[in-house]
Amino acid sequence: MERVVVSMQDPDQGVKMRSQRLLVTVIPHAVTGSDVVQWLTQKFCISGEEAQHLGAVLVQHGYIYPLRDPRSLVLRPDETPYRFQVRLWGAAIYLAKKNIRKQGTLVDYEKESYDRLHTKINHAWDLVLMQAREQLRAAKQRRKGDRLVIACQEQTYWLVNRPPPGAPSVLEQSPGRGSCAASHVHMTKRADFYKQEIEYCRRALGRTRVKSSVCLEAYLSFCSQRGLHDPLVSGCLPSNPWISDNDAYWVMNAPTVVAPTKLRVERWGFSFRELLEDPVGRAHFMDFLGKEFSGENLSFWEACEELRYGAQAQVPTLVDAVYQQFLAPGAARWVNIDSRTMERTLEGLRQPHRYVLDDAQLHIYMLMKKDSYPRFLKSDMYKGLLAEAGIPLETKKRVFPFSRRPRHSSPSPALLPTPVEPTAAGGPGGGDGVA
Amino acid sequence: MCDQTFLANVFGSCDKCFKQRALRPVFKKSQQLSYCSTCAEIHQVAERVEALGQFVMKTRRTLKGHGNKVLCMDWCKDKRRIVSSSQDGKVIVWDSFTTNKEHAVTMPCTWVMACAYAPSGCAIACGGLDNKCSVYPLTFDKNENMAAKKKSVAMHTNYLSACSFTNSDMQILTASGDGTCALWDVESGQLLQSFHGHGADVLCLDLAPSETGNTFVSGGCDKKAMVWDMRSGQCVQAFETHESDINSVRYYPSGDAFASGSDDATCRLYDLRADREVAIYSKESIIFGASSVDFSLSGRLLFAGYNDYTINVWDVLKGSRVSILFGHENRVSTLRVSPDGTAFCSGSWDHTLRVWA
Repeated sequence: MERVVVSMQDPDQGVKMRSQRLLVTVIPHAVTGSDVVQWLTQKFCISGEEAQHLGAVLVQHGYIYPLRDPRSLVLRPDETPYRFQVRLWGAAIYLAKKNIRKQGTLVDYEKESYDRLHTKINHAWDLVLMQAREQLRAAKQRRKGDRLVIACQEQTYWLVNRPPPGAPSVLEQSPGRGSCAASHVHMTKRADFYKQEIEYCRRALGRTRVKSSVCLEAYLSFCSQRGLHDPLVSGCLPSNPWISDNDAYWVMNAPTVVAPTKLRVERWGFSFRELLEDPVGRAHFMDFLGKEFSGENLSFWEACEELRYGAQAQVPTLVDAVYQQFLAPGAARWVNIDSRTMERTLEGLRQPHRYVLDDAQLHIYMLMKKDSYPRFLKSDMYKGLLAEAGIPLETKKRVFPFSRRPRHSSPSPALLPTPVEPTAAGGPGGGDGVA
Repeated sequence: MCDQTFLANVFGSCDKCFKQRALRPVFKKSQQLSYCSTCAEIHQVAERVEALGQFVMKTRRTLKGHGNKVLCMDWCKDKRRIVSSSQDGKVIVWDSFTTNKEHAVTMPCTWVMACAYAPSGCAIACGGLDNKCSVYPLTFDKNENMAAKKKSVAMHTNYLSACSFTNSDMQILTASGDGTCALWDVESGQLLQSFHGHGADVLCLDLAPSETGNTFVSGGCDKKAMVWDMRSGQCVQAFETHESDINSVRYYPSGDAFASGSDDATCRLYDLRADREVAIYSKESIIFGASSVDFSLSGRLLFAGYNDYTINVWDVLKGSRVSILFGHENRVSTLRVSPDGTAFCSGSWDHTLRVWA
């Protein structure tokens, strides 16, 4: 922010400063609200509304203060005069004034702090000097204009730094963040730390990198593929529920719906993950696999997911169940894994943990992705689904905007009885309670 | 790391991002400019992309009910319910379509900076200055006090800054001001894995939407964004190009990249396969930090909430700003796009949440 304000005060390219008239007194070096807005619009190539907002924020933080109505920190885009606040550099200005007055007879400690401040706020030193000179001049002449200016300056300073009770303060911060000094968490520079660093660097060097132009191409194709499916970019049919107050879109696209829309069925063809993440898609895929007698692959994958994301206490039982059903020789739904992976998995089963089936799961996943999934997309079943799926009609926009549709509430997911949740809430119709 | 060799005989300040780099000439509307290699690459892509139409996004719902600054919010998978938390310790679950409040809990601490909705929609998690993450099962039984069933899951040594459920209700990932992230089992409260490596407070995290679902990214006050392997606890990649605290990280929908918003007033896009920053979203007129970012469903738009009370909408591929949204009366602290991409919700220090579409 300081950077913006300093560039605003630049004598050549900054905002035009003139002597403004306030009632009968003449104030030097003041700017009008409209000048500020205009300068911001030109310099940053932004819209008038945004410039107005930016100017207002500068006023709120105390960088510019109003001369007419110092109690309200608002930027008015008209002839109301404003000035730039001197803030923060009181000490520096005081010392600079002394320096100018007595031409170098500052006492030792004063000289020290003068130099220290000089290095600290070097970038604003010209500003400080200018303000110091002005204050000296004002003190000498005690013109009414200057006295008014100083009064307004102080008022704004206090308004910003000590807001009256009840008014929000712009200087509020969230609870302090800092570099954590907690040494027991922070790794001290010991051998372990460096070993980790070396390991990390070695891995980083060994990692294959893709050309960034290729990656950007990938985004391009991803965005263009999905562009039509993005409601905020291309709109959605029948209508965006938030705009039309009509939740038909959600009803049509409910997780388990009998007739999925065309866009939804198309999405199953984008990637295997999309297909699996959609409950309707997954169910159709399971049917397809059933016809090919490889349904156990998907079931195995689902069981592994359950293990990975399940409760810690259930890990041993789940692992055992999976083994009995899918991996044991002669199991009811034996999955076809290559011998090396099978050996490794069986080895790991001696000490079951939640990631013990990861290798097997990945193998089966890749098998489905490279083999069954492409066949599914080419199958008659999928083509039939695509043909059947409809495109919803767009609901016409209401002509009379003031006749609002009643917004229907929907049952909370917390109400639906699930087998996992022991405290499945009973009783219908609890949805509208204001707690 | 530039992947195209060229003869660099000019070194100076890039016309787009103002960094001191090797420059090459780029033509924009028959005007010659000098861009650094990162900006030049994005520019080449941008040339081939169609411009988006005029954007009109308005506040469609305003949720009033918090008595103090709103710090965090999350959507439910049913696309209409949200949970939000505020400075005075209140956590409220709303049906934002009807703007009704469905549940409310008062936490025993102030500054509840993190909240999350469980994937099943049956529970919420929240935490803040109490250094813990607590999970509350949602119940409609009028006789039951929600606070009675609370489960204390995570224990950190400093404030909780972010939390998120993994693919199920039974695991939670947390980030804390003590510089670590941790993975917990909800049922038993057991620590499954901890992630050390940040040199300062960790402020945000996001889980990768990948098929194998094993990584997440975190951003902190040490200006680094780190990608972690959930299984081994190791840091896989780290990115350090921001100039100030990273307030928010969010994965690109394909999972190959992520965006970050920071106090240095820029948002940046980092690619995981190229292992570098590929785009910077900044403008001279934006001088306040970005507190929260999220992508639209296709990844074409990046919504970012800033501390100057506005929300900027960026075109990810072109690198330019599409529109700026006014409405909040204090800084925007949190922003999330709904699960089906029909709208996004922003929470602010002006005590309200707004749903935009």
